[in-house]
Amino acid sequence: MLYREAGDYKTTYAKDNQTFPIKFDRVAYYVLLFVAFCVVPFFINDYWANAVLVPFLIYVIATLGLNILIGYCGQLSLGTGGFMAVGAYSSYKLMTSFPDVSIIIHILIAGVITAAVGMLFGLPSLRIKGFYLAVATLAAQFFLVWLFNRVPWFYNYSASGQISAPERTVFGINVTGPNVDAWAQYMVCLVFVVACAWLARNLTRGNLGRSWMAIRDMDIAAEIIGVNPLKAKLTAFGVSSFFIGIAGALLFTVYLGAVEVGEVFGISKSFLVLFMVIIGGLGSIFGSFAGAAFMVLMPVLLKNVLVGGMGWPTDVAAHFQFVIVGGLIVVFLIMEPHGLAQLWRVAKEKLRLWPFPH
Amino acid sequence: MSAGFYYGVEVFLNGLMAGVMYSLVALGFVLIFKASGVFNYAQGVMALFAAMTLVGLQNGQVPFAHLINAIFGTHVKEFGWHMPTFLAILLSVGVMILFAFLVERYVLKHLVNQEPIILFMATIGLAYFMEGFGDLMWGSEIKKLDVGIPQGGNVWIEENTAFLGGEEFYGFYIDSLDIVAAIVAILLVASLVLFSQYTKTGRALRAVADDHQAALSVGISLRTIWVIVWSIAGFVALVAGIMWGSKSGVQFSLSLIALKALPVLMLGGFTSIPGAIIGGLIIGVGEKMFEFLIGAPFLGGATENWFAYVLALLFLVFRPQGLFGEKIIERV
Amino acid sequence: MNEMTDNSTVGYMTDDGRQIGGTMMEMKNITLRFGGVVAIEDISFDIREGEIRAIIGPNGAGKSSMLNVISGFYHPQEGEVWFHGEKRPTMRPYKVAQQGIARTFQNIALFKGMSTLDNIMTGRMTQMKSSLLSQAIWFGKAAKEEAEHRQKVEEIIDFLEIQAIRKTPVGRLPYGMQKRVELGRALAAEPKLLLLDEPMAGMNVEEKEDMSRFILDVNDEFGTTIALIEHDMGVVMDISDRVVVMDYGKKIGDGTPAEVLANQDVIDAYLGVSHD
Repeated sequence: MLYREAGDYKTTYAKDNQTFPIKFDRVAYYVLLFVAFCVVPFFINDYWANAVLVPFLIYVIATLGLNILIGYCGQLSLGTGGFMAVGAYSSYKLMTSFPDVSIIIHILIAGVITAAVGMLFGLPSLRIKGFYLAVATLAAQFFLVWLFNRVPWFYNYSASGQISAPERTVFGINVTGPNVDAWAQYMVCLVFVVACAWLARNLTRGNLGRSWMAIRDMDIAAEIIGVNPLKAKLTAFGVSSFFIGIAGALLFTVYLGAVEVGEVFGISKSFLVLFMVIIGGLGSIFGSFAGAAFMVLMPVLLKNVLVGGMGWPTDVAAHFQFVIVGGLIVVFLIMEPHGLAQLWRVAKEKLRLWPFPH
Repeated sequence: MSAGFYYGVEVFLNGLMAGVMYSLVALGFVLIFKASGVFNYAQGVMALFAAMTLVGLQNGQVPFAHLINAIFGTHVKEFGWHMPTFLAILLSVGVMILFAFLVERYVLKHLVNQEPIILFMATIGLAYFMEGFGDLMWGSEIKKLDVGIPQGGNVWIEENTAFLGGEEFYGFYIDSLDIVAAIVAILLVASLVLFSQYTKTGRALRAVADDHQAALSVGISLRTIWVIVWSIAGFVALVAGIMWGSKSGVQFSLSLIALKALPVLMLGGFTSIPGAIIGGLIIGVGEKMFEFLIGAPFLGGATENWFAYVLALLFLVFRPQGLFGEKIIERV
Repeated sequence: MNEMTDNSTVGYMTDDGRQIGGTMMEMKNITLRFGGVVAIEDISFDIREGEIRAIIGPNGAGKSSMLNVISGFYHPQEGEVWFHGEKRPTMRPYKVAQQGIARTFQNIALFKGMSTLDNIMTGRMTQMKSSLLSQAIWFGKAAKEEAEHRQKVEEIIDFLEIQAIRKTPVGRLPYGMQKRVELGRALAAEPKLLLLDEPMAGMNVEEKEDMSRFILDVNDEFGTTIALIEHDMGVVMDISDRVVVMDYGKKIGDGTPAEVLANQDVIDAYLGVSHD
């Protein structure tokens, strides 16, 4: 009986437009935020941080970014790995060149640099569409990885060709390097996730978001009614790459600490984030969370069950995971192209009318 | 002429041969795209899977040996017989036809009338599925594939071209395998063209490629056509898998040639078989020559990783319809 | 500009007593070709302030192409487009929209993934000005602007009597409703010139009556100039002030409905020529 909108009158257009129109959702959201900020940090341990929570949060940011591009603006990109690499290498160069500046600022600037690179590679989207564009973004993927691999300036001429994050602090607490606490990693990522989700929600609810969706749904009509396609597509590439760059920077600095570009930011990373978008739900903020959670949790779960529980060799379990992920993608596209987010919406719709569904 | 020039020619010739390989994969893409409008990302994995199946059958591997061992604690590995190559190839073709049937039955049928981009993503899922499935079935270690194709530099060509470049030049080094691949590719394309021009099924294929609705209305079964087309694409994948597998072993990286086939299609257009061939040759020659002339001397090498994509990208920006496509008139 | 007659600046009075103004848009000798196919051949006509101007003709006469030329989607090989007394340079469609020309489409071109409300809000695209940063923070200008424009859109929703489907995804709406939402999206731009591409195609009689009423009301209440393409001759003759008739890319008639109906070329094109 709690899940109702009856009696919850909206008296202004702003209220009618709010993110959680149902009171129960608003309360649940605040409770969740409270738990995430004030409860989890006290109970988190290294295993949960490293295996689940920190990668989950980082991939949420990347998924939000890619979802803006694919789900909202309809431009398919397979260059996510390359753009994440731009974020990682920018943050590395900034951290080593300006050691006195806060790492938070470095990560933000890394996002801005990635946005610029993303817009550059987004330029062809003005002339080409669909999977033609996907191939154009593959050019970004392979070229960027090659660039960071072959030009020693990017990895400060280190002998191994790797980059590794120096120790940095925020408010005197280590957030990068080998001596970092699980809760500190978690908190940094959480703050970025909340900020990014908030930005994404705002950008997609307003005029800019509508211009993206107009381009996605029918680009020719959109232009004729007054959407500037150049502006809509390039802002989508820019905003998307900004998020993806931040995710790449966090993945390198806070989570992994050391990175070899071909290994971490290869084409499989692009596909991983794409799968998160599809399974979570195209064009949904909530879906970005759900998709990232699913793709991070499922391998952990499979590993625990198959390797831990049934004693399978790890490689067999890994192959099995491919089968499941691939199968799920196909199943989702057939059954529910709007992913987990749509399942969630349908469930809520049912709940609102329960117990009188007609 | 200097020896450097002849090395350049050699690089060019090797580029042509590599291009033939790309064309072989691109051909599978074109076939499926024409008949069903599906951009089949899984084509590369199909080649890998077909090659794995062939090796597995030849060596008498027990399918799903790892899985069976993991579940039942047994130690099965091989049946202990060696299958003749020809029989193994025939059986592999059978497996690919079965695969085509299953794809139509469980995937394509449910995705008719979806947007191309959804179909594309579905084939990415299919590729992941097949990759995992292939590894479960035959194991993921690198396998040697030998179907009796001669390998190594062709001595005859080397000896008979050595006179061209004087003291420093020892003749063109061209792998015999590449020559066989080129011949096979030509035969394959020729037979495909004959098939589509002169058989009833071929005519139906072309009708479907032209207009789904119209084909349906004259009584052509789309579903049958799809099974046939995916079977042919499976066969092309097997041929590509044999060539690539003989050259560099049957391993995961084989499935990545699918990615290389994408820029080939960008150049040649998605619907043109000659386009796929010419696009493949351009990419093959282009990336080898670029590496030889600019990449290796000035850019630190390994430019082959991205050259094809950047070329396709630049090309698309200036001629979005591809080499052979007609200019598209947009309507509202 | 010397070929402009007095009539074009002064305007004229319609039968039902509305004053029509001077020339708003003038098409001069437009020729449009696709490869070897000539879609429009040397056509000239004008559209006056405040009038309802119809373009009619059989299928394939080039009517939709003409509308696409006006909205800047096709660029004619020859001829000039004059708007508000100035020659319009070749411009992208979104620039044309910014000049105050809005339109609907023959095959409904709504944004399927969005609600009715959002679809009509996209019509305000040309008026909304808040920056990317302001929208990202959603504080102050962007939120205020959104609410103001929502107010305008709600007025249009009221005008078109589609309050009940405000939040429904447009894909789920019946055909007639979709046509109405599309009209709403065009109206939201508060256009000076409204182009309607077969607004009544595929509708039943009641829906046609509703749509005719909306078109007349738009013209009457907002003073919007309207150019429309329509197949239903009865409707066209009822609501339009002047009619251009096209056939095979050529103009075969131009004038008031009565004049056009009396034109022998028009009768031939519509009814066929008898050869006995």
